[in-house]
Amino acid sequence: MGYPHPSHPRETPVLSKHFGDPEARTLAGWRARGGYEGLAKALTMDPVEVQNVVKDSGLRGRGGAGFPTGVKWSFMKPDGKTHYLCVNGDESEPGTFKDREIMRWTPHQLVEGTALAAHAIYAETAYIYIRGEFDEPIRRVEAAVREAYDAGILGGNAMGSGKRLDVHVHKGAGAYICGEETALMNSLEGRRGNPRIKPPFPAVAGLFGQPTTINNVETVSAAPHIVLRGADWYKSLSTPANPKSTGTKLFSVCGNVARPGNYEVGMGFPLKDFLYELCGGPPAGRRFKAIIPGGSSVPILTPEECETAVMDYEGIQAAGSLLGSGGVICFDDTQDMVRQIARLARFYAHESCAQCTQCREGTAWTTKILERIRDGEGTMQDLDTLLAIADNMTGKTICVLSDSCATPVVSGLKKFRHEFEAKIRPSRASVMIPSFPGTVAA
Amino acid sequence: MAPEGAHAHEPYAPVFTAGSPMRARLDELLTRYPSKMAALLPALWMLQEARGWVSPDGIEEVAALLDLTPAYVRGVVTFYTMYHQHPVGRHFVQVCTTTPCNVCGAEDVVNAFLRETGCGELGVTSPDGRFTVIEVECLGACGFATPVMINERLVECVAADSVKDLVAGLD
Ligand SMILES: Cc1cc2nc3c(=O)[nH]c(=O)nc-3n(C[C@H](O)[C@H](O)[C@H](O)COP(=O)(O)O)c2cc1C
Ligand code: SF4
Ligand code: FES
Repeated sequence: MGYPHPSHPRETPVLSKHFGDPEARTLAGWRARGGYEGLAKALTMDPVEVQNVVKDSGLRGRGGAGFPTGVKWSFMKPDGKTHYLCVNGDESEPGTFKDREIMRWTPHQLVEGTALAAHAIYAETAYIYIRGEFDEPIRRVEAAVREAYDAGILGGNAMGSGKRLDVHVHKGAGAYICGEETALMNSLEGRRGNPRIKPPFPAVAGLFGQPTTINNVETVSAAPHIVLRGADWYKSLSTPANPKSTGTKLFSVCGNVARPGNYEVGMGFPLKDFLYELCGGPPAGRRFKAIIPGGSSVPILTPEECETAVMDYEGIQAAGSLLGSGGVICFDDTQDMVRQIARLARFYAHESCAQCTQCREGTAWTTKILERIRDGEGTMQDLDTLLAIADNMTGKTICVLSDSCATPVVSGLKKFRHEFEAKIRPSRASVMIPSFPGTVAA
Repeated sequence: MAPEGAHAHEPYAPVFTAGSPMRARLDELLTRYPSKMAALLPALWMLQEARGWVSPDGIEEVAALLDLTPAYVRGVVTFYTMYHQHPVGRHFVQVCTTTPCNVCGAEDVVNAFLRETGCGELGVTSPDGRFTVIEVECLGACGFATPVMINERLVECVAADSVKDLVAGLD
């Protein structure tokens, strides 16, 4: 199938195979498509065996950081403590809208993956945290959870295994930062969504102080396919050239592009083919000016840098950016990069939880300075100040939201400096303004 | 449903009275978590569902039910963008203007809403009480620019020139 466009022949649909097919939403429909076989198999296996298959498959976290999933699961030991699984459906990174489609079209795929992951980490209880704005996805997943309870897939004797598996949907209330794993745990506990200082890591003391694993929606949704069909099958879906990035990945494509939407390709797919063949290139009569390949928090690439890049963790890094969450944002040659980078900074300033000084002040001042440059009120010195603030925002805070704001500013200034300079009025360019704000830029 | 603020002088009618369906829902929710506090976000959602906003009286009610202080609950409420701390129009319109939608013309969509609803300004409720329009950050639907949330309903691919008809279709 495919949604909102039919599947392209060069896609490798595994997770997205039934997007656009309303029948796949029901338990009967999901079962008819092979659903819950992976979970049934996993429940006959020891959690360590499940962890090992997923380790061998090379599956890495799809929430942005790319941490190996099987390794993360293996931190959870049978220690007799209450364990929790949190599934991260907060999906708020600009450019990313893949988890939404998993939840809307294949809610049972997520419920199955959630139950499987809970089993793999010795947890009886899992919470699926979904951002509050996702009204339809929440209703779909809640309906799937109810069906799964009624059918005995969840509950006191999950699929007849004798194990208890409970899954609850928890609705967020509007805050990008709650996608950060420790902020998510605080939010679930009924607190403000401030990230926590690590250590302790969630596997030691997470939700309600108990050992906890947090995984992205796409990550857990991939697991039942892997358990059912094997690690080798999963690895065969991606280019053998890079054994570090395996399987398929959902990429969300948006902005100035002919065919926006979600595309699922094997890791290692050429970025240029992706942009032009699958997504149809820029809108008619325009050219790409910039591409952000992994959600708004990663460095901006020029079309030249995209020429030879391949879409996997290492490939995008080699091109100078990061795979991140897989949200591909396209800018065409009619866009004003200063205006758009200023808008991104405003996003981070709005979403900062404000507990770290560098982030609270840095996101606010970055926005203020970028907006005055945008409005023709900037000075040449502002450009240096922006870089100094960015440096002070990177690697110094409780979570990486601060770094995420600095990233597009630094890469934007490096690659589109001429656009910034063009906005600085000649009469202003030579005027020396005292360094500002001194404490932040120090 | 008139926003509660219109009748602010009337005594507050509790939402979670003993034996009410809301109370039953809350009691079921409490079984899902090892702490009462974890039911706070869901309880605030139920309050807003019943009253249209999260009022100071509502905060007191929820705080008492969950053994929290009103000040604590207020602290949580103010962290999140989706709890209304004031009554809003019958149709609460949120237009995403973050970069991916912005490059597709989202600001024109916002301006069209401000014009067609009679709100004129962001965050201001129209004189007839029907509309409040705000800009919102990424709604997680960037491939469907410009997505607009009208109350809990998401409308995809809204263009500036389709706003007039959209607004006309709302009561
Ligand atoms: C500011 C911020 C926002 C984040 N938002 C999300 C999100 O919306 N969804 C998500 O899965 N991960 C998000 N993450 C990453 C999570 O912290 C975490 O790494 C991830 O959920 C782990 O799951 P994975 O290993 O399956 O990727 C965010 C991180 C940060 C710093
Ligand atoms: S970096 Fe920003 S968002 Fe993250 S904890 Fe610090 S203030 Fe909060
Ligand atoms: S940027 Fe508008 S929905 Fe994501």
